[in-house]
Amino acid sequence: MNRDVIICRCEDVTYGEIVDVIDEGLTTTEEIKRVLRCGMGPCQGRTCSRLIARIIAEKTGAKVADVPYPTVRPPSRPVEIGTLAEPGAVNVRTLTGTSDEE
Amino acid sequence: MRNRAQCVIIGGGVVGTAIAYYLAKGGMTDCVLVEAGYLSSGATGRCGGGIRQQWSTEANTRLAIESVREFSTLEDELGADIEFLQGGYLVLAYTDEDVAQFEKNVGLQQALGLDVSILTPDEITERVVPQLNTDGVRMATYCPSDASANPFLTTMAYADAAHRLGVEIELFTPVTRVLTEHGKVTGVETSRGTISAPLVVNVAGSHSVPIAATAGVDLPITPYRRQILVTEPLERFFHPMIISFSLGVYFRQVRHGSVIGGFGDPDEPAGFNQTSSLEFLTTMSSKLAFLMPRLRSVKIVRQWGGLYDLTPDAQPILGETDGVEGFFQASGFSGHGFMIAPKVAILVAQVVAGQKPDLDISRLNVRRFTEGPVTTDRSVV
Repeated sequence: MNRDVIICRCEDVTYGEIVDVIDEGLTTTEEIKRVLRCGMGPCQGRTCSRLIARIIAEKTGAKVADVPYPTVRPPSRPVEIGTLAEPGAVNVRTLTGTSDEE
Repeated sequence: MRNRAQCVIIGGGVVGTAIAYYLAKGGMTDCVLVEAGYLSSGATGRCGGGIRQQWSTEANTRLAIESVREFSTLEDELGADIEFLQGGYLVLAYTDEDVAQFEKNVGLQQALGLDVSILTPDEITERVVPQLNTDGVRMATYCPSDASANPFLTTMAYADAAHRLGVEIELFTPVTRVLTEHGKVTGVETSRGTISAPLVVNVAGSHSVPIAATAGVDLPITPYRRQILVTEPLERFFHPMIISFSLGVYFRQVRHGSVIGGFGDPDEPAGFNQTSSLEFLTTMSSKLAFLMPRLRSVKIVRQWGGLYDLTPDAQPILGETDGVEGFFQASGFSGHGFMIAPKVAILVAQVVAGQKPDLDISRLNVRRFTEGPVTTDRSVV
């Protein structure tokens, strides 16, 4: 495959970049995600995870079915902060103390 | 995998990989690092990436200042981009207790040479973050040399540099037992076989507890879930990490453009739960919408959970273990391991190699919990 083919459309990650990090020893979708950002964009890996699993399988000789996808995390679609924020939920005048916990 | 080494490091987070690097750099290249998953798969890869020097005790402030000094030259030293940025930390005070504590902190921090100052609410919006809603803010402390970096890239950079110096790194290799004989460590048993070693360093975060227990060592560390969310990327519009202890919030804009932030639920039960909750998503959204109204139209793309490995005084446990010679601990970072990782790793590596560390870390030995009451730093988020 042409090295310039885009595999992760959200983060513009190419086939060549993915093959290179597999050659450097990253053999899971979770590791590749953390280093190249593929799967971290708005679609959260819906487009690229399957493709990356296939590239890993091709490069390492594993079966595609044995290459796990990255953890799926909420929200299932991007949601605006204003939609989720609850009016009046933050009242800075009733705070007390200086907490040990952030 | 080798079956013999001078030193085995358990845990491939930022502190474990950094200890491996500094050991090898100091000449002890015969090391194996074993990691149960992949590099940064635990607390490191789930953290917010902030690097703060504003602490309430002299010892912690010194350690943090030294760590920033190391971080500031790390990209050159390791030959890798770790997205290090000295964007500052802005700490917001809302309560009488905040104000009293921060005034005390700033005096101590300035005496140690830190570039920290107190800002009025107007100065915050005029000089640092124009978009911040300062409603209810009494004052803030601002330290422009406080920083941030990318935790994945930092861990990978340390691991690659350690590997280049000869350290062997074994991923997906959980440790099942620490082996001891006559009060001395003799190695580790892993899922893929045994490695004999006279030195073992336990750097497994919350998982350090069951690992230490196999050698009869009790670590007073309790895991608590903490959650973070991240937005779609935006053009850079603010630089500092913005935090408040009393409101319970921290957030920053990463180089990629996303805003990343979280808070700790004081009612969170102890345990290894790392799942994401809707309650976190809505509460954190409310805090961000209040503090920075322009974020209301910005979309959240992802949230996740990770573990704080909390000790009774919110300070790490560092150093050799009484009763098990050669068995060292570096865990219990209580949510601020990433920011002090470089200096802590240098000090632990010095102790493991039998040298005198440049800063005394004996106050952080696990034995402090059996010697009497401990004091907590008030600046833990």
